[in-house]
Amino acid sequence: MVRFRVNGKGRSFAGPPFTRLIDVLREDFGLTGTKEGCGEGECGACTVLLDGRPTNSCLIPVAQVAGHRVETVESLGRRGRLSPLQQSFLTEGGAQCGICTPGMLMTAWSWIRAGGGADEAAIRNLLAGNLCRCTGYQHIVNAVVQAVKARRRSGRSR
Amino acid sequence: MGVNALRREGPEKLCGRARYIDDHNFPGCLHGVTLRSSIPHGRIQHISFDPRFPWEECVIATARDVPGGNHVALIEEDQPLLAEGRVRHVMEPILLVAHRFRPRAYEALRHIHVEYEELPPVLTVGDALRAETVLHPPDNVFKSFLIEKGDVTAGLAGADLVVAGEYRVPHQEQAYIENNGMAAYVEEDGTVVVLGSLQCPYYVHKALKHIFDLPDDKVRVVQTTTGGGFGGKEEYPSMIAGHAALLALKARRPVKMIYDRGEDMAATTKRHPAWIKHRTGVMRDGTLVAQDIEVVMDGGAYVTLSPVVLSRGTLHAGGPYACPNVRIRSRVVATTTPPNGAFRGFGAPQVLFAAELQMEKVAEKLGLDPVVLRRRNVFREGSVTATGQVLEESVGASTALERCARKSGYVRRRAAHVRWNRARRPTWRGIGLALCHHGAGFTGSGEAYLNSKAAVSLSRGGEVWVLAASTEIGQGTGTMLAQIVADTLRIPCEWVEVETPDTGKVPNSGPTVASRTCMIVGGLLERAARQLREEVIKRCGSFPRTRAGLRRAGRLLCGKGPPRRFEAEYQNPPEIRWDEAAYRGDAYGVYSYGAVAVDLEVDRLTFEVRVREVTAVSDIGKAINPRLAEGQIMGGTAQALGYALLENVVYENGFMTNSQLTNYIIPTALDTPPLKVEIVEKPYSRGPSGAKGVGELPMDVPAPAVAAAIRQATGHWIDVLPILPERILEAHLHGPVPRQR
Repeated sequence: MVRFRVNGKGRSFAGPPFTRLIDVLREDFGLTGTKEGCGEGECGACTVLLDGRPTNSCLIPVAQVAGHRVETVESLGRRGRLSPLQQSFLTEGGAQCGICTPGMLMTAWSWIRAGGGADEAAIRNLLAGNLCRCTGYQHIVNAVVQAVKARRRSGRSR
Repeated sequence: MGVNALRREGPEKLCGRARYIDDHNFPGCLHGVTLRSSIPHGRIQHISFDPRFPWEECVIATARDVPGGNHVALIEEDQPLLAEGRVRHVMEPILLVAHRFRPRAYEALRHIHVEYEELPPVLTVGDALRAETVLHPPDNVFKSFLIEKGDVTAGLAGADLVVAGEYRVPHQEQAYIENNGMAAYVEEDGTVVVLGSLQCPYYVHKALKHIFDLPDDKVRVVQTTTGGGFGGKEEYPSMIAGHAALLALKARRPVKMIYDRGEDMAATTKRHPAWIKHRTGVMRDGTLVAQDIEVVMDGGAYVTLSPVVLSRGTLHAGGPYACPNVRIRSRVVATTTPPNGAFRGFGAPQVLFAAELQMEKVAEKLGLDPVVLRRRNVFREGSVTATGQVLEESVGASTALERCARKSGYVRRRAAHVRWNRARRPTWRGIGLALCHHGAGFTGSGEAYLNSKAAVSLSRGGEVWVLAASTEIGQGTGTMLAQIVADTLRIPCEWVEVETPDTGKVPNSGPTVASRTCMIVGGLLERAARQLREEVIKRCGSFPRTRAGLRRAGRLLCGKGPPRRFEAEYQNPPEIRWDEAAYRGDAYGVYSYGAVAVDLEVDRLTFEVRVREVTAVSDIGKAINPRLAEGQIMGGTAQALGYALLENVVYENGFMTNSQLTNYIIPTALDTPPLKVEIVEKPYSRGPSGAKGVGELPMDVPAPAVAAAIRQATGHWIDVLPILPERILEAHLHGPVPRQR
């Protein structure tokens, strides 16, 4: 039995310990917001936060997260009550087909929460592990820049 | 119109609530997998099943289980749903297995052994044209076209200068981030229902009717949220839908088939590789007098969409320039490789790479600035194309060219790069510019043949619905179509609902391809909404401005009945005349135009290319939603940069050896530079609010702009894509010493 926290709640998984974290999240916990694009850690669509750090959930055996904290896109806002980062993606056009979006959001959220800045080059570097085929990245970068600025304006340094 | 309405399905995508096909749960469903050919060409001698495997756990389907025609019906019925006797490419589907657990289904495949009698493979266009092995009688040519205008021989003879060039462009993988996937079940009354990731519900519908020999109403196709298409989900979903439904029919349970990345890349369609030759005659002042162009494309093993891809390639091969004497000869040939198919641009990026790099060479030979050469010949109102089409309206080519040159600082940067390249720096720099036209919608006769329909309905509850088969695959279709309807009715966009593309609910609006959704389907919806508006005004005196008013209008129009539906059907504009046999006339109703400038630098030691900035200026008639249109332009441009510099499909003996995102490299946020976009609006009288097409245009000419910039930077003409560091190194070792221009 593997016990860990998902989006703040205690969870346990009783299957084979080498089951991929993404499968446990999607199939056992019904958290289908986390997407699979390549299954080999290249595209970043399956990015979740593991103890706050962006991690490809397709490369992690569930046994390895025992006792750790996992956050998925479902931990952000809800429809009608989007988080400021999600709202920024919506207004800036950062989501098109949407399949890379949950991973992009989690990577960006880890940066913003850790007090990351609005420098465009640094944000491109941050997002380099998340592939998007629709946007050409500019609108995604703009969305993260705007979200960082909004957070600073709201006075939350962390 | 012209307002950045927010993407309507955006919130659910941002919350991870949008349901793509693999997010759907079907109780009791089986997982289907595909046994595929491991050789490029041969006869199936025997298929054996390892007796140690518990086959009773599986459902197996072969060609013999197909109730109707064993083809994926599209243009021709030559591609089998499951191979019968003969295989014509690696990864061709032979047999299907379904199991309760996906890993077990894959394991089952490892216990099936296929014996082949191998036949000679035809792996290259050269092999195909030699026709020693005939795949498509008599000469392996699926389709050919000839466009002739004026007298090319005389034109070349009378030219001050004739420039020859030869170009080669490779396969390209669409690389949508959501792999292909379908689910199917059969209802009690025998209706076959298929859900999945797709662009063209009615293409799948047509294919399934043929496979199962069923009437229209016994097949239902529903699009689920689709994670990108780019043409890659135009035709292949019909194959997967057929497979999933065949298994579901046999298993009497729902069946899900979700491809993994390796299977998706190795088995499904790619952009057609092409070989293009040019001979261009010009006068000393830069006036084009003759273009002699030959195009050969590799269609792969089956016809699929190749004739139409070749058609668009042929019609765009000369570039956006007026020339009195033109000959364009084109062929698409059969090889024993996986069929190539639709990919954003659809034949145009291939030929425009050649046409635009050819213009650079001509300019250099003449000692003219490439922008000046283009300015001298560019399409303007009244210009006549290679097919004899007079461009009557909405010709923004020269505006796009001039604004792009200005916005990118082309002249200034070109001069600055010459100075940079003379100094001892770690890099060479270059800037290149390219220009294109892109026909919006199907060809003149194509739209008439499609005869598309779209509708707007008003329910007794006052709900306004958009009913169209056009799919949202990331481009913003739903939002944009709702905006067109809302604006026509003069109500807020949020009051308009968009129906799911479901063949049980929406009329056949044609496929979501060819940059036609906004212009053609948007235009139909505008007409349908106008009918609704007129009817409401007739009944109520005026069109309501409140939701309560809409409800009253709904009750008045519908009584207790179902929603009142107003449908518009495509009518070929009388002034559009196209002679399909002679390939003369109005090839497309209208063209969009784009200019792009690429500024880059090349590392002098490693030959790595870093794109510093891209400027794209696009004449799309009217941006219904500028933010969405910008997203199309930026995304297409990035995809084209991948085509130009990174994306290299490697085939060995007909098998794609790099079918992973690990070794098939698409651009990341670091490979993609800041993108500057400007939209030019030269309205088209028949587009909704003047709109033309935008989806494919941005894919067309970043590649030749890159190659032109590489020329300035390194002194080398690289006529082959992708321009990998190895190619520049090779040119450097064997080619002329770089000239500093």
